[in-house]
Amino acid sequence: MSDMSLEQVTENYYDILKELGNIGAGNAMTALSQMLQCKVDMKVPQVRLLEFSEVGDMMGGEEQIMVGVFLGVDGDITGSMMFMVEEESARHLIQKITMGMLPPGSEFEEMGLSAMKEIGNIITGAYLNSLSTLTNLKIVPTPPALTVDMAGAILSVPAIQFGIFGDNILLIQSQFYDEIELDGYFILIPDLESYAKILGALGIPLI
Amino acid sequence: MSEIIKVGMADLKTCVSPNGITTLGLGSCVGIAIRDPANKIGGLAHVMLPDSKSIKGSQTNIAKFADTGIVELVRQMEKLGAQRSRMVAKIAGGANMFNFHGTSSFGQVGDRNVEATKAKLGELRIPILAEDTGKNFGRTVIFYPETGDYIIRAVGKPEYKI
Repeated sequence: MSDMSLEQVTENYYDILKELGNIGAGNAMTALSQMLQCKVDMKVPQVRLLEFSEVGDMMGGEEQIMVGVFLGVDGDITGSMMFMVEEESARHLIQKITMGMLPPGSEFEEMGLSAMKEIGNIITGAYLNSLSTLTNLKIVPTPPALTVDMAGAILSVPAIQFGIFGDNILLIQSQFYDEIELDGYFILIPDLESYAKILGALGIPLI
Repeated sequence: MSEIIKVGMADLKTCVSPNGITTLGLGSCVGIAIRDPANKIGGLAHVMLPDSKSIKGSQTNIAKFADTGIVELVRQMEKLGAQRSRMVAKIAGGANMFNFHGTSSFGQVGDRNVEATKAKLGELRIPILAEDTGKNFGRTVIFYPETGDYIIRAVGKPEYKI
């Protein structure tokens, strides 16, 4: 089991992870929709196993400015989770949640960032909740941390965690719309032992 | 015409003047630029983790680790004619991207990458002329073996060089 690599996990269980991603992202969008009090539509999430070098390109380049919300995961499974959204989308969400109270351009000052952190908290909370319900595992998120920076720099944090046991990163891209089209990215980073626990809890023993 | 060679995450490349070499969006990773001033042969490694030996299982990408990545970069530069005894280095990155509470190892990986980088360069007797490491922001770096200038760009800051 300790020899298991991420590639093996995803080769065998790609569909399951995809479905978990789908349900998690769906729940996250429902939570977002309730918070914004409007309808939020989403496309079927894309679950991809990417080489490190491909990840930045996918988000519009390593230097694309993004907002990243990062939190630790504890309980029956351990690891961390990240939610990323592109700068303009984040500004839109912040304006929406603060009901246009912030002057345009000031979204990434203290008030706006605090609002964004709350958005990230609710979205990731809903995501993890659905995972917890599905697997019947206890999943406790730590308070989130937030940063606004280049995509590559933000991604280095989960990439390093993935890097410990492989050369790929498992990314869940979820596209959603309210008035504008937004791209959000979920990266669930369970410790390797936790992959086995998640799959085991779903009644799928690892070979 | 000179060009700028791009180095990805967990990647390394060499570069000869007048070309430059860059890596975009360094976060907790470290960008190690090495140069032989005599023949202006340079190289850049973008390492993610400190130590290949602390990782279980087979590891195929030696550019991923500070210890093996630096050794490989030096080897490739030597192949081009650079001499170890003349080599000098500049390093950037190793940020703590998220202000994370508690004793989580996430917060320290940037620091550990910088430490491991310094240890390996020290072991190879390659002096570090300048560094811009730690803090909490991402960096794009461009290195010119012609001058040894190491240009750093960060979000919301004017470009600077070390």
